[in-house]
Amino acid sequence: MSDLENFRVEVKDWLDKNCPSTMRAGAPADTPIDEVWGGRKAVYKNPDSKLWLDRMGEKGWTMPTVPKEYGGGGLNKEEVKILNEEMFAIGARAPLLSFGIWMLAPVLLEYGNEAQKREHLPKIIKGEIRWCQGYSEPGSGSDLASLATKAKDMGDHFLVNGQKVWTSYADKADWIFALVRTGPKEPKHNGISFLLIDMENPGVSTKPITLISGKSPFCETFFDNVEVPKENLVGELNAGWTIAKKLLQHERKFISNFGLAAGMGSKKDVVSLAKKHFGEDEGKISNPIFRSKVIDHKMKEHAFGLTLQRAADEGGKASAVASMFKYYGTEHNKRRHELMVAASGVNGLAWDGNEFDDSEKNLTRAWLRTKGNSIEGGTSEVQLNVISKRVLELPSG
Amino acid sequence: MKLILNEEQNYLKETALSFVSEKTPVSHLRGLRDSNDQLCWDKEIWSEMVKLGWSGILIPEEYGGSNFGLTGMSVILQECGKTLTPSPLFASGVLGATALTKFGSEEQKQKYLSKIASGELTTALAIDENSHHNPNICELKAIKDGSNYVLNGKKIFVVDGASADIIIVVARTSGEDDDVGGLSMFLVESDCSNLKKVKLDMADSRNYANITFDNVSVDESMILGEIDMGLEPINEILDVGRIALSAEMLGSCEKAFEITIEYLKERKQFGVPIGSFQALQHRAAEMFCEIELTKSAVMAAMQGAEENSNDLQRLSSLAKSIVGETSHLVSNEAVQMHGGIGVTDEYDIGFYLKRARVAETILGNSTFHQERYANLTGF
Repeated sequence: MSDLENFRVEVKDWLDKNCPSTMRAGAPADTPIDEVWGGRKAVYKNPDSKLWLDRMGEKGWTMPTVPKEYGGGGLNKEEVKILNEEMFAIGARAPLLSFGIWMLAPVLLEYGNEAQKREHLPKIIKGEIRWCQGYSEPGSGSDLASLATKAKDMGDHFLVNGQKVWTSYADKADWIFALVRTGPKEPKHNGISFLLIDMENPGVSTKPITLISGKSPFCETFFDNVEVPKENLVGELNAGWTIAKKLLQHERKFISNFGLAAGMGSKKDVVSLAKKHFGEDEGKISNPIFRSKVIDHKMKEHAFGLTLQRAADEGGKASAVASMFKYYGTEHNKRRHELMVAASGVNGLAWDGNEFDDSEKNLTRAWLRTKGNSIEGGTSEVQLNVISKRVLELPSG
Repeated sequence: MKLILNEEQNYLKETALSFVSEKTPVSHLRGLRDSNDQLCWDKEIWSEMVKLGWSGILIPEEYGGSNFGLTGMSVILQECGKTLTPSPLFASGVLGATALTKFGSEEQKQKYLSKIASGELTTALAIDENSHHNPNICELKAIKDGSNYVLNGKKIFVVDGASADIIIVVARTSGEDDDVGGLSMFLVESDCSNLKKVKLDMADSRNYANITFDNVSVDESMILGEIDMGLEPINEILDVGRIALSAEMLGSCEKAFEITIEYLKERKQFGVPIGSFQALQHRAAEMFCEIELTKSAVMAAMQGAEENSNDLQRLSSLAKSIVGETSHLVSNEAVQMHGGIGVTDEYDIGFYLKRARVAETILGNSTFHQERYANLTGF
C-alpha cells in the first residue's frame, strides 16, 4: 500500500472512533451554529460539539496544512484532499468556524514573527481564542485607509483610542485584529499598523448593531485608553496596509464561497419553492415568466460554480480574481434570495408569530441579511474598481 | 474533470493564435466580403489549416486524422473566433467528421473520413427547416424505393452548405412532423441532380445555403447510421457542434472585449482617457466577470465531451446559452463604447457584432438552450 493509501486508512479509522455521531450527516440539526465558533465565551448545548472540536484541534486538522510546530496538521495537499474526502464521506460537520482560520492565520503565517506564530496559531487551531476583525470605522468605509483609530507609541506599549464598526461578533470574541493609525494621516496608506488586541484589556467595550434582518451579527467596538504591548504589532510599524489588503483577499474569497456553498447545499432551493407556491406542470414550474427567471439564475449559478472550480484547477490566482468572486458571489446570493422570496409570495415576507413556519421566517431574515453581503468586505462597487484597475488596467480618474 | 488545458492543447491554441493573427486578421474577412467572394472562405488558407492537421483533429488515426479530441478542436476554433476567420473547419472538421466517425459504416469511413482530413472534400449538416433551430421538427421525407431512398423537402440555413461537397441531411423516414423517432440521416453528394442550392447572404458574410431536395434519389449505402435512428444519436453530433461553436463565439467575445479595453485606454475626451470614467470602468468589469463565467462553461463542456460525461447535454446547452448571452452583452457594449466609429463599416468592431448574432442562431440560440437545460434538470 502506498503512503497515501495508508493515510486514508488511518484517517478513516480515526474519524470512525473520534467523530461523534451527532456531528455526522443524519443527526438532528438542532446544534446552534454559534456553538462551533470556539473561544473563551463559548457555551456548548451539545457537548459533542466541544468534544469534536477538541479532538480535531488536538490533531491540528482544523488547519491541516499548517506546520505541526504551530499546532497544525502538517499535512500535504494530497493528504488534505483525503481528509476532506473522508470527512465528506461520513458527512462530518466542520468542527470550527473561525475568522482566525479564514483570515488571521494566513497573514500570521506570512507576516507574523516566530513568537507570534507560536503564541496565536495553536489557539486559533484549537478554537481556544475567538477572533474578530477591527477594520471599518464610522468615517472609514470604502475609504478604509482614512481610518483614525490611534495607537500612540508610549515606549513599551501602544495606547489605543478610537472606534471600530461592523466588527462581526465582537461581543462574542476574545481578541481583535485591528488596523490602527501609528503614523501621520497623509499619505494615509503609510501610517497604518496591524495590531492584535486582547479584548479583556480595560478600555475595550462593544455594542451590538441591530440589522434590518432583526439580528445583530455586528458590533461597534470602542477603545478608550487601551494599553497594548509592543509585541502585538504584526509586521513593521506603519506597514500594516499591505497586511490589511492581503487579509481582505482572504475575506473576499471566504464570503463569495460561503454564499455559494450555502445556496447549493440548501434544501430551500429556488426551484422547489417555486414549484411549491406556483405549482408544477409536468415537472415544470407552472408560472412560465417566473420559470424563465429561475432558469437564467440557475444556469449562471452553474457557470459560477464551474468558475470557482476552474480557479482552483488553475492553482488559485491573484487578488483581482478574489474581487470577481466576491462581487459575483454576493450579487448572485442577493438575486437568489430575491427569487426565493418572490417564489414564496406572502410566505416569503413573514417576520414573526405562529402563522408561518420557521423556514419562512428564516427566509425573510436571510434575504434581508444578504443585502449586507455586497457591502461588507468591500462593496460591489469597490470590487468593480479593483477589477478595472488591477485586471483591465484602466487608467485612474 | 479538470477545467484546464494540457500542454498539447495549449500548444495547439498558441499555434492557432499565431496563424490567425498573421494570416487571417479581420481584414481577411472584410476582403472576402468586399470582393463578393462566393465561397466566403479562402482555399489557400484552408489548405494551410489542413496542413496543420486541423481538419483531422476529430478523425481517428486509421482514417488519416489525429484523434486529438474536442478540446483541441475547440481551442483552435476559439482562436479563429478572435479574428472572425472563415473556413469550413466547423462544418466539415467538426460536424461532418463527428457524424461519420460516430455513425459511419466502415465503407463510408474509408470513403469520406480520410478526404475530410486531407481537405479534399468538405461537408455540411442540413438540419433546420424553420427560422429557429428545432431538430424536433422535420418535414423533409425520405421514402424507400427499391434499394434507393427518394428525398423531398427543403433545408434552410445550412452552414457552409453553399460550398460543401457532401451534405449530411436529416430526413423523416417514418412518423409525422414532430415524431423524433422517425428521423434518419443520409449522405448526399451535392452535385447530384435534383438538389438545388441557393447561397444565402447573411449579416456575417459567411457561407450558408438553402437546399431543396426535389426527388433526390440516393442509394441505401448512403444511409448514415440506422434507419429511424431518431433524434438522440443526432443530438450527439449537434452537441459536439454546439460546444465547438461556443468556443469560437467565446474567442470572438474575448477579442471584442480586448479591442474595446484598448480603445478605452487610447480614446481621450475632456482631456483624459475615457477608460478613466467609472461609468465605463464598471461596465467593463462586469463584462470581465461574464466572460470569466463563459470561459468556465465552455471549458466544462469541452472537457465533458473529452471524458464522455453523462451530463454532456446539459453542459453543451449551458455553454451555448451563456456564450450567446455574453456575446450579446459584449458585442453591444463594444459598439457603444467605441462611440461614433463603432457604427462605421470602416471599423472592425461591427463585424464582431454581426458574427455574434448569426453564430448565436446556429444550432440553437440562448432561449432554445435555456429551455433544454431546464427540461434536462427538472425545472
